[in-house]
Amino acid sequence: MFEGVPLTWFLIVATIMFFIGIYGFLVRKNLITILMSLELILNSVNINFVAFNKLLYPQHMEGMFFTVFVIAVAAAEASVAIAIIINIYRRLINIDVERIDEMKY
Amino acid sequence: MINFSYTVFIVLIPLIFFVLLGFFGNKFKPLVSGIIGTSGLFISFLLSCYTAYQYFFVVPKIAGAFPKLIAYNTVWLRFTDTLHIDLGVLLDPISVMMLIVITTVSFMVHLYSIGYMKGEKGYERFFSFLSLFTFSMLGLVIATNIFQMYIFWELVGVSSYLLIGFYYEKDSAVAASKKAFIVTRFADLGFLIGILILSITTKTFDFISLTDPKGPALQQGSSILFLGLSTMTWSMIFVFMGGAGKSAMFPLHIWLPDAMEGPTPVSALIHAATMVVAGVYLVARMFPIFVISAPAALTVVAYVGAFTSLFAAVIACTQYDIKRVLAYSTMSQIGYMMLALGVSGYGGHEGLGYMASMFHLFTHAFFKALLFLCAGAIIHAVHTNYMTEMGGLRKHLPITHLTFLIACFAIAGIPPFAGFFSKDEILAAAFENNKLLWAVEYAVAGITAFYMFRLYYRIFWGKEQHYSHPPHEAPLVMTIPLMLLAVGAILAGLVPFQNLVTSDSLPFENHIELGIAIPSILIALLGIGIATIFYRKETNLPQKITRTLGSFYTAAYHKFYFDELYLFITKKILFDRVSTPVAWFDRHIVDGMMNGVSYVTNSVSGRIKGFQSGQLQQYAWVFVSGAIALALAFIYLWTL
Repeated sequence: MFEGVPLTWFLIVATIMFFIGIYGFLVRKNLITILMSLELILNSVNINFVAFNKLLYPQHMEGMFFTVFVIAVAAAEASVAIAIIINIYRRLINIDVERIDEMKY
Repeated sequence: MINFSYTVFIVLIPLIFFVLLGFFGNKFKPLVSGIIGTSGLFISFLLSCYTAYQYFFVVPKIAGAFPKLIAYNTVWLRFTDTLHIDLGVLLDPISVMMLIVITTVSFMVHLYSIGYMKGEKGYERFFSFLSLFTFSMLGLVIATNIFQMYIFWELVGVSSYLLIGFYYEKDSAVAASKKAFIVTRFADLGFLIGILILSITTKTFDFISLTDPKGPALQQGSSILFLGLSTMTWSMIFVFMGGAGKSAMFPLHIWLPDAMEGPTPVSALIHAATMVVAGVYLVARMFPIFVISAPAALTVVAYVGAFTSLFAAVIACTQYDIKRVLAYSTMSQIGYMMLALGVSGYGGHEGLGYMASMFHLFTHAFFKALLFLCAGAIIHAVHTNYMTEMGGLRKHLPITHLTFLIACFAIAGIPPFAGFFSKDEILAAAFENNKLLWAVEYAVAGITAFYMFRLYYRIFWGKEQHYSHPPHEAPLVMTIPLMLLAVGAILAGLVPFQNLVTSDSLPFENHIELGIAIPSILIALLGIGIATIFYRKETNLPQKITRTLGSFYTAAYHKFYFDELYLFITKKILFDRVSTPVAWFDRHIVDGMMNGVSYVTNSVSGRIKGFQSGQLQQYAWVFVSGAIALALAFIYLWTL
């Protein structure tokens, strides 16, 4: 479709990115790395949106719009998350996720 | 037609002064608040006099009878178009008479209290409560419907409670106020039941339609309901229970002697002249219902009244606290009034008892208030309530002595003092209807004279005691009410009640019957004579008599053990046998169930709280594995 690149390849790339993100989210201990993993997950979804939009409705732009929307929300979310992380750091001198367990029972 | 709407101010002025003194009393000097309260009552008093003059002498009579006027009326609480509770002013002979009695005595007591309460803590509180009481009592007598009467009835009870417990730092005063409140509340329960039965049967609260002898209301409820008595009879018996509680009739009398813990002016106003006759007023207000629809209930009234008057008179002979003697004497006299209502018929000369009862209420208010105020002056002078610690006071307290003597003559029924006329009418009414009750009352008349003069001689004659400081006459502000009330106690008997206050509002011919009057004077003189022999000089005769009577005297001295009996019933039976098991059930079964529920919740949550570890990635693991499991499940279902 995109000058010979089939849809499946897009999907494979997106899936790999998605699971790298999940993996990072589950095993990394640094909060900022976890945030980066989250961005990977979001962006893998964006690739899917764009690919399917081109395949199914080439004359429409909804998939593109949605992608732009996700990027905007992700930017906002990243700023909030980083603000939280900075505050955590100020209080605890530490951003290790396993040692931030103030909210347990 | 004359506009009577100003009568609403008779009631409202004490209310305004209650609020004023209650909220801002501490802003004034004590004396100023006393004068403010007294002047408010003076305005009410003048308005009442003007009302009485207009009502009895200016308003045209309807077919020779005094009309029942609704001077003011407002809907206070509207449930539906037919069911609503009004507040208003009803003027008829008895309510106008009560207005005079209450405002007069209350004004005198206010004036007297300026002197009596001088230097007491809570001076302005005292005056605000007095105003509250006066407001409630006035509201009670001018009630246009039975529900309004009930509201003010309770307000009167509250203000009585507040005033009995005025010295709230004294344990005995607190106990007495609680006792008075609980006993009268218990009686008021009966009153409320009576009101409900009555209004369900007759479909009205309004006094005018309730007590119209030819009206439709009285034709209702004559069928047998329960234990051989009709609906109306039962409702009237319950209503009378409320009246008996307020008027300290046997067996609900136990609170009145203890109520003497209050300041003496309060005893004079509430527990002698006004509130305790509310029961009599209630029966008089409902009189047509009693006499036409519920004669059996009226018989109950008569016998309860007669028994109480005898019972209380006997106890009064044995007491040493002068205020308690007067309290029992009050019970005895109210018994007289109840009896007079009980033996009365309706209309004309048949209604002699009704007239006599109201007459006695009127005269009794003057001389009994006077007796209490004198007792206050005596206590003020010698600082004790016990007649054993008094004696020979006549030289020290000349004005009190003279006015007390007048009141004693009045209550003993010696002409021309007020009590003679009213008591004579009561005896005449009893004689015409029931010889047994007449004989009881005749004996009580003698006993009354005896114990009043016993009191008189023990206080003013006999050996002079050693007082901590020489007794001195009370100040003028206290003696002026005494003198004015003494004038009342002499002249009140001359009011022609048979022309003014009668059962059917029509005047009737009535003369003093010598056949009744002379024996009653003789027995009063006999009582006075015995008291003179016993107590004028110190003798050992009383001790001898006491020893002869033995256990009867002891029983009377202990008020026939009624307090002990009630304590036994409430403590041993109600508290120990009923309340304690119920409390146990509540504490162990009901509370136990609730505690069990909370225990289970608590222990389960204690076990499972470890799930919330605070480890973010643990949660994420659970979430991701759940999501994957769901995805696999959907894929499996699709491919099926």
